[in-house]
Amino acid sequence: MDLAAVILVEIVYAIASLVLISAGLAIVFGMMKVINLAHGEFMMLGGYVTITAVKAGVNIFLAMILIAPLVVGAIGLIVERLVIRHLYGRLVDTMLATWGLSLFFVGGVTMIFGNTTTGISTPIPGFPIGGYQVNGYNFFIILVSIILVIAMYAVLKGTRIGLIARGTMQRADMAAALGYSPDRVYMATFFVGSALSGLAGAVLAPLVGLVPSSGGAYIAKAFITVIAGGPALVAGLLSSAGFFGLVNQAFAFALSPVVGEVALLISAVILLRVLPQGITTRFFRGRL
Amino acid sequence: MRGNQWREYLWIVAVGVALIVALPSAIDTYTLTVLLVYAMLGLSLGLIWGFGGILCFGQAAFFGLGAYAYAISAINFGESTIPMLIAIIVPAAFAAILGAMMFYGRLADVYLGVITLVVTLIFYRFMNSTAGPEYMIGSARLGGFNGIPGFQTLNVPGYPDFYVWGDSLYYVVAVALLLVFLLVTWLLGSSFGRIAVGIRESETRMSLMGYDVRARKTVLFTVGAAIAGLSGAFFANWAEIVTPGLFSLPQSAEIIIWCIVGGLGTRIGPMVGAAGLSYLKFLLGQQSLVDNTLITGLILVLFVLFLPRGLVPAIVSVAGRVLTRRNRPSRRLRVRRAANG
Amino acid sequence: MAETVLETENLTMRFGGVVAADNVSFRLAARELRCLIGPNGAGKSTFFKCITGLLTPSDGRIFMRHEETTGWHPHEIASLGVGVKTQVPSVMDGLTVRENIWLAARRRHPVVEANRKTADMIERLELNAIAAADVGRLAHGERQQVELGIVAVGDPWLVLLDEPAAGMSAGDVERMVAIIRELNRSAAVIIVEHDMQFIRSIASTVTVFHQGSVLMEDHVDKVMSDETVRRVYLGKKG
Repeated sequence: MDLAAVILVEIVYAIASLVLISAGLAIVFGMMKVINLAHGEFMMLGGYVTITAVKAGVNIFLAMILIAPLVVGAIGLIVERLVIRHLYGRLVDTMLATWGLSLFFVGGVTMIFGNTTTGISTPIPGFPIGGYQVNGYNFFIILVSIILVIAMYAVLKGTRIGLIARGTMQRADMAAALGYSPDRVYMATFFVGSALSGLAGAVLAPLVGLVPSSGGAYIAKAFITVIAGGPALVAGLLSSAGFFGLVNQAFAFALSPVVGEVALLISAVILLRVLPQGITTRFFRGRL
Repeated sequence: MRGNQWREYLWIVAVGVALIVALPSAIDTYTLTVLLVYAMLGLSLGLIWGFGGILCFGQAAFFGLGAYAYAISAINFGESTIPMLIAIIVPAAFAAILGAMMFYGRLADVYLGVITLVVTLIFYRFMNSTAGPEYMIGSARLGGFNGIPGFQTLNVPGYPDFYVWGDSLYYVVAVALLLVFLLVTWLLGSSFGRIAVGIRESETRMSLMGYDVRARKTVLFTVGAAIAGLSGAFFANWAEIVTPGLFSLPQSAEIIIWCIVGGLGTRIGPMVGAAGLSYLKFLLGQQSLVDNTLITGLILVLFVLFLPRGLVPAIVSVAGRVLTRRNRPSRRLRVRRAANG
Repeated sequence: MAETVLETENLTMRFGGVVAADNVSFRLAARELRCLIGPNGAGKSTFFKCITGLLTPSDGRIFMRHEETTGWHPHEIASLGVGVKTQVPSVMDGLTVRENIWLAARRRHPVVEANRKTADMIERLELNAIAAADVGRLAHGERQQVELGIVAVGDPWLVLLDEPAAGMSAGDVERMVAIIRELNRSAAVIIVEHDMQFIRSIASTVTVFHQGSVLMEDHVDKVMSDETVRRVYLGKKG
């Protein structure tokens, strides 16, 4: 019984962290049809911002929830103005340029912080369920993911900004038809997407030893979660994160964590072969 | 038409031999060898991406697979001739299966990118986790993060004790690259190559003409993987160790950057890009002021923004413009030249 | 009675809840020239795509020269000797006119023969002046002509043309009609077209599509004077 509870928590945690690391990429891809391969590095930057702020004496939650997203969002804004803006509508070129950016950030951070592992301890202590020790911080991540999904849904469904966003996702020229400059919409989208990447990186930072190349570990998972999800933003994110999280944890428990990782990647290849346009083209059509 | 083709081959051989002889006086052969290995790897992606329109984010997978296949079979066989063949066949066979799966499923663009990238990552993760003694192929331990050292390096076929190393290895790699380049040239001049370019331009039209696009893309993808595998085997011989790093994302990224910087749709571009950027990296590696990765990234961004066609096509078109200004209006010349050719 | 080269049996295509082609049974004789007309969304293009293999029908069967081709891939159907011209010209923009036509010729002939056939076709279509130009730089009418050359050089016995006259000048259309007539000497031709002027100038049997099924099938003059057709197709004009 205790074991079942622990496994359940682990599965929910795996799904929640997939949602968290993919959200920023999903928004940017859904709205702008831009695959941001520097997404992992935005997360890495979020982690470094958090650690730097905490070491400077800032409250850790303030650093994670507010400072990291704002700083990374601002970096995203600069990137959008300098690079991405010139490449709209050229999917492959934006992928290549953002891949270049990702290397740029890895190199830059290495120069500033050095190629060594840094980290901070988790602010929430663990506690036992029966005979098993559970990481209390996992619940915080689950909570953050749930709030994030609810917020995304509410904004898209309930606000004027959400309406513009949904219109833009359907048809790129929709924002212009509604009287908003597409340029502004894209700018805002990239800011929000980058900020969410920063948030994800910040929230996950206490769990991992951070190195400049940490982003590489996230990008592939985020990438496949978003692509496999398909066009519907929230439903796609939830369904593919649910699927991959489940596969990952099932194999990790049955065999080993490495097998879990590999199983996740292999299942992604198979899923894309079966549903090349993503889960939400077949199921949950027309949802958000 | 046939005469032209022979003349082109002769030119390639003449220039190639001249370069092979001349280069060692500029750069030491140890460095040169790896530059040529990378040039071959660049050419393999340049072939399938530049002429077949297949953007593979995981060319490193075939490179690494070739290197590992060589190392593992060299340990088992105790000589290098059969392992060299295995290093070509294994990546090619794997690419044939993977390619068939993707192309027959009509996956393109981003989806192709995701799958090839993910496959590379699978190899990376898997190889990293094989540190335990239970991971053996024959008598070769996979070695996990530490890789496989101490395998038999290239020897004269039939004489396992006559090692090919140092300057000789350079000449072997250089001649192999020349042969691969001739092969690619022949391939692109043949109907197969021209059809591949047609598919790059319009898959719909080519299939409405009756060409089996899926099969042809799979074959081209396989050829590219075979070349990448060969370069991987040479890399293993040069480095005398193979590690999971061969499958890493930065490695994949680098191959793509070589092609972009050198120029897609040309044979020379990706090779120049590969050798040039690797040499630049080598030179930069000797200073510690600016990080290497930062510069690589910056180069990629700047090229995508300002010179998306790459160096070689840009130089060719500038040279062409300068030349034609001396002669006659460019358009007419172009039409006339093409009509003759 | 001429041999039947194309036949569909109760061909049906559904997209979700929408029935785009409904139980279409269609027959085409060798060397026949047939026009498909109908208002937008009548199912002509869906029908066309089912025949060429670009879509797989939800129901029904397709036969070409007595061979069932239902569910075949476009390249398999093309290999039988079927030439297709799509609505938006599909040509290889980065290649020259000569290369475009050569690739089509090469599919059916060895290199030397393909070179000869390509030269002949360029001659026949009077494309010599632009043979070495990239197709991407050509005007719309020229691109349409190049695509017809691609279709014709394969010596097809069945030719499917989707709106060949769309966006062309009067002179271009005239040349197009001449080429189609020449093709028709050895091949059966199906043309999907909106332009009644064009159909009249070709003067052939017309199949009228309406709401996914065949409304009527007769000579162009009879069709034009039919009350129902005038109502559904020509609308207020009638």
